[in-house]
Amino acid sequence: MTDAAVDNEPAANVVVGRSLWGDAWARLKANRAAMFSLFYLGLIALVCIAGPWFVPHDYTTIYSDYVRTPPSTEAYPRADMVKGALDDVLKRMRVDLKDWKLEDGRATITVAGTRPIDERYLRYVDRSDTFDDARMEAKSPDGLEMTFSAAVKQQYFLFGTDNVGRDLLSRTLVAGRISLAIGLLAGVVAVTIGVVYGATAGFLGGKVDEVMMRIVDVLYSLPFIFFVIMLVVFFGRNFVLMFLAVGAVLWLDMARIVRGQALSIRRHEYVQAAEALGVRQSGILKRHVIPNLLGPVVIYMTLLVPHVIILESFLSFLGLGVQEPMTSWGVLISVGAHNIGSANWMLLFPAFFLVSTLFALNFVGDGLRDALDPKDR
Amino acid sequence: MLLYVLRRLLTAIPTLFVIVTLAFFLIRVAPGGPFNQERGLSPEIKANLEAEYGLNDPLWLQYGHYLKNLSHGDFGPSYNLPDFTVGELFARGLPISIQLGASALVLALLLGCLLGTVAALNQNRWGDYAVIALATAGSTIPTFVIAPIIQLVFGLSWKLLPVGGWGGGAMLNKIGPVLTLALPQIAIVARLMRGSMIEALRSHHIRTARALGLSDWSVVVRHALRGAILPIVSFTGPAAAALLTGSIIVETIFAIPGVGRYFVDAALNRDYTLVMGTVVVIAIFTIVFNLIVDIMYAVVDPRVRYD
Repeated sequence: MTDAAVDNEPAANVVVGRSLWGDAWARLKANRAAMFSLFYLGLIALVCIAGPWFVPHDYTTIYSDYVRTPPSTEAYPRADMVKGALDDVLKRMRVDLKDWKLEDGRATITVAGTRPIDERYLRYVDRSDTFDDARMEAKSPDGLEMTFSAAVKQQYFLFGTDNVGRDLLSRTLVAGRISLAIGLLAGVVAVTIGVVYGATAGFLGGKVDEVMMRIVDVLYSLPFIFFVIMLVVFFGRNFVLMFLAVGAVLWLDMARIVRGQALSIRRHEYVQAAEALGVRQSGILKRHVIPNLLGPVVIYMTLLVPHVIILESFLSFLGLGVQEPMTSWGVLISVGAHNIGSANWMLLFPAFFLVSTLFALNFVGDGLRDALDPKDR
Repeated sequence: MLLYVLRRLLTAIPTLFVIVTLAFFLIRVAPGGPFNQERGLSPEIKANLEAEYGLNDPLWLQYGHYLKNLSHGDFGPSYNLPDFTVGELFARGLPISIQLGASALVLALLLGCLLGTVAALNQNRWGDYAVIALATAGSTIPTFVIAPIIQLVFGLSWKLLPVGGWGGGAMLNKIGPVLTLALPQIAIVARLMRGSMIEALRSHHIRTARALGLSDWSVVVRHALRGAILPIVSFTGPAAAALLTGSIIVETIFAIPGVGRYFVDAALNRDYTLVMGTVVVIAIFTIVFNLIVDIMYAVVDPRVRYD
């Protein structure tokens, strides 16, 4: 190549070359299912992280008046539910109902007792999940009859409540935080160990590679669930530790993939060419091997996250994972499965969140594979 | 061929030995023991029990003992279910798990191959997309979601099937568990079949067969299927081993008295012999089915020879 040709090039060639990642991103953007899934995942993550602050109910608060309340976009209590809640309150106050009416969100109640009624009993009214702001209106001279009024608290349970009366919306969102965090955490651990192990085996080659891969084979031959249970046994119910450990089990596939890739990349002509040109090992690693390894690693990571989420749900389903009152999608589905006869929304909402997230993760993984795999071009 | 089978069976023994050894020492280093329950036994009774089962002997002695018994086919007594030996537990539960697993496997293979072929023949048309959608759903939705939804829809809403229970092996009781077990496998088989069938249909001998004027049916069934089925054969080995040894999820949700629940329960209760028994059974199933798959390979693909 002459100097003149080099000088002419910038003027003639205004097209800027695209990097591997720029190219992959462009391909990903063209994949509508993957882009929608990416958007959906972002939305789910945002809703799960920020949502619980906007839901008026705490995920641990128990509303004993609202056990297994069906989901509804209308405010509770319904007209027929007020009477039941009122009966509960009056039983606690040990008085009998004489008359009551409901207007403009305030109930006016007349009660009678066999002994003079102490107005401090009205605290029982405030304590109920249905009423608020109880005020004494009138009392008969002998104190045996009292009229009081109380505001009826308007509450929304968009997803209904669970079998002990906790708001399912806030629980589902909090569960999402845990499930997603665990998926990412264990995914990162597995990928880190797998990449380091696989790359080491692939690079050193020979005897070391042989021994390292034999170890992986032996670990593969043990039933996977046996491993997980042993880890649960060792690490107890501390879920952060446990999922670090679960990640530490899932690295086997990653190690195999990375080793295979590393072995094959080293044999490619461009690496041989770089070696022939005298490029140092570190240079080859940085310029050729790592960029080519990143693709499969990123793809595998997006497919590993749903795998971990399923695994976490599976463990929680067996009662080995996250413990009450903390919750995860697996825990909610497990409890929901036990209550399908009486409250199917307890299964359906968390199951929808879990399944749609898994779908989205899979589509993103597939999209990334199509975008990054040079063989399909 | 016979020689090959014999050789494979002989090499299975060291593999099994490694697995047994690893599992034995792994479960033993776990803290706790079979008699450390929450309602504690009195120390004397605990000591007596441990002496009875030889749990106070040095670990290597227990290991040697276990290996010796195992080589006679004696899995030992179960610690937490003291009325049964591990062998008896398997004799009761394994037939149930095998029945469900085998039905699910057959269903998955038949339906999966059919769907995969349909998809391949209609590539990039709606039939293909429908199968892909089904396969994605089947492999994404976890079993513990599918099972309760089957209960909800077929058991509670439509009242077609019992919600759970074994019912002495009644046909209706098996449908839910078999469906749950089969669905993810159908998804995998259909996906594999679609891929390999598309590739098989592109090959030269298919083009020749078409050029000779053979009917579509004959081209697909007699010529393409044989080549396309190979990935399914290799998938069947591990899948069969996993399906036939029972699924804890399905057996828990549908209240099936199979062997799938033993593993988790036993490991959590440190029922050492039962854990070991399960590990051994799973390992044997895996080894045997992998062997069967390799033999099947030679049957399906005459290019594969084991002499």
